[in-house]
Amino acid sequence: MAHDAAAGGPVAAAVAALLEVSDIVVRFGGVTAVAGVSFAVDQHQICGLIGPNGAGKTTLFNCISGIYRPTEGEIRFEGETITGAPRHRMMGFGIGRTFQNLALFRSLSVRDNVLAGAHCLGHAGFMASALRLPRARREAAEAEARLHHLLGLLDLEAVAEVPVASLPFGTQKRVELARALISGPKLLLLDEPAGGLNHGEVDGLAALLQDIRRQFSLSILLVEHHMNLVMRVSDKVVALDFGKKIADGTPDEVRSEPEVIRAYLGEAPHDRAA
Amino acid sequence: MPVATAPARAESRPLVPLAILGLALLALAPTFLVEGYRLFQLTLAVIYAVAILGLNIVTGYNGQISLGHGAFYAVGAYATAIMMASFGMPYWATLPIAALICAGLGYAIGFPALRLGGLYLALTTFALAVAVPQILKYHAFEEWTGGVQGVFIAKPDAPFGLPLNADQWLYLFTTVIAVAIFLLSWNLLRSRIGRAMMAIRDQPIAAEAMGMDIARLKTRTFAVSAMITGIAGALSAIAVEFVSPDSFSVMLSITLFVGMVVGGIASILGAVFGGLFVVFVPNLAEEISKAAPGVIYGVILILFLFILPTGFAGFLRRLAGPLLRRWRDGATTNQDGR
Repeated sequence: MAHDAAAGGPVAAAVAALLEVSDIVVRFGGVTAVAGVSFAVDQHQICGLIGPNGAGKTTLFNCISGIYRPTEGEIRFEGETITGAPRHRMMGFGIGRTFQNLALFRSLSVRDNVLAGAHCLGHAGFMASALRLPRARREAAEAEARLHHLLGLLDLEAVAEVPVASLPFGTQKRVELARALISGPKLLLLDEPAGGLNHGEVDGLAALLQDIRRQFSLSILLVEHHMNLVMRVSDKVVALDFGKKIADGTPDEVRSEPEVIRAYLGEAPHDRAA
Repeated sequence: MPVATAPARAESRPLVPLAILGLALLALAPTFLVEGYRLFQLTLAVIYAVAILGLNIVTGYNGQISLGHGAFYAVGAYATAIMMASFGMPYWATLPIAALICAGLGYAIGFPALRLGGLYLALTTFALAVAVPQILKYHAFEEWTGGVQGVFIAKPDAPFGLPLNADQWLYLFTTVIAVAIFLLSWNLLRSRIGRAMMAIRDQPIAAEAMGMDIARLKTRTFAVSAMITGIAGALSAIAVEFVSPDSFSVMLSITLFVGMVVGGIASILGAVFGGLFVVFVPNLAEEISKAAPGVIYGVILILFLFILPTGFAGFLRRLAGPLLRRWRDGATTNQDGR
């Protein structure tokens, strides 16, 4: 397709970066969780964010999705600063996300969960919705069309009317993915999508992420412990340790970076923490 | 093939409004089949159903526990009574104004409610319910509220020379308005707004990440809820022909809460059952034992919650679920077979 070149690697760097993270510092009281990290995610790129436990991945991720406000630094999306914007605006900017420990609307059906993700596409308020004015109907029909496409893509049609809490974990993860995708985001933030999945499911996920990137022509930022998955699907990998960036490059470059090997295998005694 | 299944679902939809139409006709039938005091009781049950629906929207659907909805009911009732008695307005013209007053009040209370979660909000709204009857007695407002005496208003007669007595007209008028409110609520709760209400109740952080403005939605939901319960209060003033501070004690708020739980939390149809329950079960209790109706009522309530823990609506859903699923699957196969 049009962006086959992008799928091949970090070729799309010629285009302006979609997400730019500059000199982000996050302090909680006296603890510095993130100490001046910068990186960029390009259009149609899959970027993996890795690092040992406590490296600051999730903190950084929460800054990008607006849950935390960084102490210092700036985050730009499509060239515009989004640091400190209200959380409910992020989806409108085109940033969708999933959660590490699943944050589905438990009592709602799969269908309603996914449709909830389309909230930011609609404008019909209380009055228009209660009266079913033409605009409200049109919006509902459009969301419905997107819903059916996604239920098909993620193999959720059979469980569409089932309350989401009664589904197995792997299925719930797909529901969350559908919910994040329905609004057509430009950047998808995935917090440990492979967590809790078995071997076969991880293989399926790798293929699915590639497929999603192609179909929705979006970028993905992936926080993940599952090294095999990250190295397999990412065009670019950013490695963190103790709140600092220790590597940034293609999976092969990062894999052979001595700092990364040291951080993961603990070759040298860790006296850097001080 | 996601496209192939889409029409099947869309076509199964019109049956829902059709079912509602059937229920609406069923609701109107008692005008001609029931008489006198029984019809008056039914009118009250319809009014309570509307009030419980209002409470259910904010508490059942949006998860903001209110133990003080009797306050909005009281304000709606007094608004109508004062407009009729002091300003000579026709009863029907007072309803939209009473609705707006209650919506404004609900909206105002929605803001402090944002800062108070769960049980704290329940207690705060409870305090509102405790305060309102006393405020209504306050002597500075006596010129309008009639103080402890309350306000008497006249029962409306059927308009346009309709061959209905006052009781019949009252039932018809109340029920038509109630059906309209139920239909609008049905639309609202099945729209993106209703979905957002439930999403915020279930998982506020994710709801926010989905682009839902929690403060805005919660305050507006509170306003809509207060408005609906306020309209019920206004209708009750017309039906009872009288308002007084003691008709709106804390017990009223508790009664609405009981009706909501018994009918089914987060259920539209459950509100109808809740309305019937809170009007007729105390009567039944009194028939069983004149000495201790409260005990009988309590026992019935406990038995009820024991047998139907998810309320009447949950019970219906459990009954109808398998049937509905079979019917829906049938519809889908037919569509595909075409």
